[in-house]
Amino acid sequence: MIKVEGLTKRYGDVTAVDDISFQVKKGEIVGFLGPNGAGKTTTMRIITGFLPSTDGTVKVSGFDIFEKPMEVKKRIGYLPEHPPVYGDMTVEGYLKFVAKIRGVPRSGRAEAMDRVISHCGLKEARNTIIGKLSKGYKQRVGLAQAMIHDPEVLILDEPTIGLDPKQIIEIRELIKSLAGEQTIILSTHILPEVTMICQRCLIIDRGRIVADDSMENLTAQESLESVFLKLTTEDVQ
Amino acid sequence: MKGLTDILHMTGKELRAFFVSPIAYVVLTGFMVLSGWFFFNLLVQFNRMIGMYEMLRRPDIASQLNLNDLVMLPLMYNMTIVLLLMIPMITMRLFSEEKKLKTDELLLTSPISVNSIILGKYLASLIFLDVMLGLTLVYPWILFKYGQPAPELGPIVAGYIGLFLLGAAFMAVGLFASSLTENQIVAAVICFVTLLLFFVIGWPAENVGDTAGKVLEYLSLIDHFTEFSKGLVDGQHVIYFISFILFALFLTKRSIESTRWR
Repeated sequence: MIKVEGLTKRYGDVTAVDDISFQVKKGEIVGFLGPNGAGKTTTMRIITGFLPSTDGTVKVSGFDIFEKPMEVKKRIGYLPEHPPVYGDMTVEGYLKFVAKIRGVPRSGRAEAMDRVISHCGLKEARNTIIGKLSKGYKQRVGLAQAMIHDPEVLILDEPTIGLDPKQIIEIRELIKSLAGEQTIILSTHILPEVTMICQRCLIIDRGRIVADDSMENLTAQESLESVFLKLTTEDVQ
Repeated sequence: MKGLTDILHMTGKELRAFFVSPIAYVVLTGFMVLSGWFFFNLLVQFNRMIGMYEMLRRPDIASQLNLNDLVMLPLMYNMTIVLLLMIPMITMRLFSEEKKLKTDELLLTSPISVNSIILGKYLASLIFLDVMLGLTLVYPWILFKYGQPAPELGPIVAGYIGLFLLGAAFMAVGLFASSLTENQIVAAVICFVTLLLFFVIGWPAENVGDTAGKVLEYLSLIDHFTEFSKGLVDGQHVIYFISFILFALFLTKRSIESTRWR
């Protein structure tokens, strides 16, 4: 489904992502783990076509992000680190706009909106101005936005950040329920989250992949926490 | 076809943003207050001059004074200055706000081309410009209804075409300035400085020699507008404005793409 090969990204002299390669199969949920500044967000931004890479290729459903960006973008739902919401729109108005630019046909828009609104628990907030919503609700709107066109691939950059414990559980359940149908890459700092949701885990440190294995294999010997600490270096900056 | 609907989706979103926020109402009210004040004063002055020449028993001179030259023409020149001051404030948020809110990440990861985003936003600003200029049509309407004799229609139509093209060029510069930064004030200042520079770039034309002088005159926005205000819609000047606009939109596209390449 997703094939990343030799991906490198340099900002001037700084190498944010250094020659990484991995594949994600259809229906898999993959956790992207790593300390701050490891290159998680950069990698996700390249896969979604927001940033160009310095070197290497990314293919989603067989389409190269540089050669056929539109085909790739149609198939991806993306929740960036900051939910990309317009504070002066209502939840409904915003989702309608996203449905339009993501190419949901006019006839399917109402249904698509009802689906994500109920999935993400936004029923009561439907007509609220997004700027007045709590952080947790904004995050849900961000998630709803990523799912509105029923994409084959979901890329979620720290989907549970800023949520309260109850909401975190809800979002995790939601992500789990999507398994099998949608291919999901999610990044997080929260180690138990990976254990709970993901089938596979990629650990990235200083732009390199230091572990890529199924959860069972990774945690066979010791806890994910100690694996993580062993493999990653302390953030110097 | 898909490109066109994408453009319209963007335009709809931008127009909504203009008219749901106070921006549109503040700008439109301000524009009407200022242009109304100019109109009122030009009209008072016009009447005073007519009265003066009639008192001096010079009906020959009084009959030569007309509403086109003494009211509409200076009114349009005053409006160019108001547009110069206001358009940077209308366009400053177009891209800067997207960058600040990080919603550019949404737009640029959606299956919609950079061209559609830019043209959608630009079309919305042109529609806004139409509303601004449309409201001021009340002034020529008053002159046609109550003017004795009524003004000529031709120069007014040509003048409005010129105002629209001039405003459209301002908007294109504003869009470009906004694509450069996430800070709206910086965008507004860049736009204003660029516009003012293009307004007065023809000033040294007489002193810098033939060729350079011609180039400077050709670049000057206001010199091209002058032709319209005289009542002439000349293809040469229309082409100037259109190429000016296309160049600014091209730079905008480059700027949007280059921020991502960095």
